[in-house]
Amino acid sequence: MVADSKGAFPLCDAQIGDSVRITQLCIEGAMRLRLLDLGFIPGAIIKVLQKSPLGDPMAFRVSQTTIALRKEESSQILVEKLGDE
Amino acid sequence: MRHYRIALAGNPNTGKSTLFNELTGLRQHTGNWPGKTVLHAEGSFSYQGNSYTLIDLPGTYSLFSNSADEEVARDYIIFEKPDATIVVLDATSLERNMNLALQVLEMTEQVIICINLMDEARKIGIQIDEKKIASRLGVPVIKMAARNGEGIDLLLKTLHQLVTGKISPQPLTIQYSKEIEEKIDELIPHIQNLIGNSYPTRWIALRLLDGDESFVQLLKEKYSKGKLQFNPIRFPSKHAN
Amino acid sequence: MVDSIEKLIQYSQSLRKPNIRDEIVTQIYQTTRSICQDSVIYPKTETNRSEKLDQILTSPIWGFPIMFAMLGVVIYLTIWGANVPSEALANLFGIGENYLTAAFQALGAPSWLHGLLVLGLYRGTSWVVSVMLPPMAIFFPMFALLENFGYLPRVAFNMDRLFKSSGAHGKQALTMAMGFGCNAAAIISTRIIESPRERMLAILTNNFVPCNGRWPTLILLASLFMAAGFATGVQSIVTTLVVMGIVLLGIMVTLLVSWILSKTALKGIPTRYTLELPPYRQPKFLNTIFRATVDKSLFVLKRAIIVAAPAGLITWILANIMIGEQSILQHITLFLDPFGKALGLDGFILMAFILGLPANEIVMPILLMGYLATGAMTEVDNMVELKKIFVDHGWTWLTALNMMLFSLLHYPCGTTIFTIYKETKSVKWTILSAVIPTAIAITVTFITAHVVRGLGLV
Repeated sequence: MVADSKGAFPLCDAQIGDSVRITQLCIEGAMRLRLLDLGFIPGAIIKVLQKSPLGDPMAFRVSQTTIALRKEESSQILVEKLGDE
Repeated sequence: MRHYRIALAGNPNTGKSTLFNELTGLRQHTGNWPGKTVLHAEGSFSYQGNSYTLIDLPGTYSLFSNSADEEVARDYIIFEKPDATIVVLDATSLERNMNLALQVLEMTEQVIICINLMDEARKIGIQIDEKKIASRLGVPVIKMAARNGEGIDLLLKTLHQLVTGKISPQPLTIQYSKEIEEKIDELIPHIQNLIGNSYPTRWIALRLLDGDESFVQLLKEKYSKGKLQFNPIRFPSKHAN
Repeated sequence: MVDSIEKLIQYSQSLRKPNIRDEIVTQIYQTTRSICQDSVIYPKTETNRSEKLDQILTSPIWGFPIMFAMLGVVIYLTIWGANVPSEALANLFGIGENYLTAAFQALGAPSWLHGLLVLGLYRGTSWVVSVMLPPMAIFFPMFALLENFGYLPRVAFNMDRLFKSSGAHGKQALTMAMGFGCNAAAIISTRIIESPRERMLAILTNNFVPCNGRWPTLILLASLFMAAGFATGVQSIVTTLVVMGIVLLGIMVTLLVSWILSKTALKGIPTRYTLELPPYRQPKFLNTIFRATVDKSLFVLKRAIIVAAPAGLITWILANIMIGEQSILQHITLFLDPFGKALGLDGFILMAFILGLPANEIVMPILLMGYLATGAMTEVDNMVELKKIFVDHGWTWLTALNMMLFSLLHYPCGTTIFTIYKETKSVKWTILSAVIPTAIAITVTFITAHVVRGLGLV
């Protein structure tokens, strides 16, 4: 996934503990709809919580719930970093 | 004595099965993992001389027909028209859960919102003003901890009032962008012309605009088989007053 | 003029624009957010309790060790805790048998009736109760506590990558966990997997998770033959490790079979999915324990007894109707014996597995009844005598190991097979769901037997 000019990068490259804002979903079809339902909507703030012991999937906090996504999905969600707290 | 059908909707893992068990005395399997209710249970109970059948719809994140479960839940609410729908929300993640409630409110006004797992929410210091939520949503909102029995009595009382018409909900209408609203307004008269007012026309307009294939297919099928009730006379109560 | 449903649909299509759903969902989210901002006050703390726990329970270093430790603790407590009550129940039933026998004698009942009802029906049933009830009454509540606590989704999170690389769905970990209780129930729970291909994988491999009907067999054999040489204090630990090894083997076979099927009959790549990790919840202890014990243990036990009682009868009849010099049972076991021996088992064991098709719970009782019907022993009320029955029939640790392997890997029980048919509506896949495990069970036990014998280990 190519990062765009505003410094957006795929969610899977975010560091554990980072808070990021979603800029774009590059997924189509049913998965896009499911992600929207779960709160992965453009503008939403996501916190990167945890990696599975085997490296994938990753767990994210999105609208007060914890959702795990495989790399296939999280690489297609573009995010930008929020300032370090 | 009258008989009412009540649907139970909610996100996966919100304690829907626990509430179902509390109300019906049945023993649906409960556990803390999403999607564990795989059999759609039906149970019954009576309250103040009326009997109720409770239908436990599959736990879903939305009702946009992204999956078979969501279609089952959606079709039940739209086409089977339960006398009331109880939407169970998880107090610890209200924000995500409430989306489903708003979607149900677009489909029917006979809704009670149960904010379940209040015991967990209190434990982690979440405070919820259910009266404010009720005034925004326009339907009864009840805080509960189903597994401790907390809030069950109030739910039963409210349910009784709702199905007997002692409460008339004024559900919130979500306002979309001007463009979408214009298109909805354009579609609604045509929908009413074809299938009358027995079904939530605004919601159907939204699905048509959304291009919800599974719903459009089903609507076509039901319409051509003459299975839709055409009922142009009955208007929603707020217009009648 | 929009005067038909088709025209309405056409008309609405003309009004559509791409990704209108984004707008709808976003608007719904904004509405909920504004409602929640007005009416919900959240605590100020940055990380909540569940997230802190997850940092430990799914941590890169501790995630897997904790998972294995939990499995080990559950199995250990089951074994350790079940020992005493199992023996007490067996003693109690033994006393009951003496009274029954005395009563039969006092009434002058014919000996075939005593044999049929007491030695067949009563003894078969009491075996099932004393061997199965205590472990189930410990295992089910502990499992239910973990389940209600919210640990199962974390297991799925930890193991997801293994399932992905074998072409299976990550939620298969959840359906496997259900299999520890009952494979038939687990087959129904595979409905949570939406993709038909991955659901079929989960159905076909679920049997490699030992269900409650097989736990007692595994525990009994491990403690009699693997742990016997060790000091009393560590015997339970050794048994636990052996049983854990069997469980891990089952998981490895699951992944391997999934992988092979994904490359052959059920080609495809894993579908996309999201996994929610719900907040941990403190289980309601007494309620959970009560429900698990009463609902599950007694339900399973009832099923076992309903199946075990007639099976006890049939076994006794087979063992006591003579054709020529030998009973029907002996004819069958003699016929099966060469094949059984090739698998490191014997004819009795194979016969027990065949008659045990309706429910795994009754395999061990049938086997013992078969041995007792032909041997000299008439009463078994402790572990030493129990082991003696096996040893008298030529058992070694290899026989025990292979029976455990066969139990883990062989065809699912009748109820499960029936459930598979109901869920898949396919005769072909139902047959395969029995044939694949059986082929694996035969292959593995055959190889094990020949390697062990070839190396001169027995």
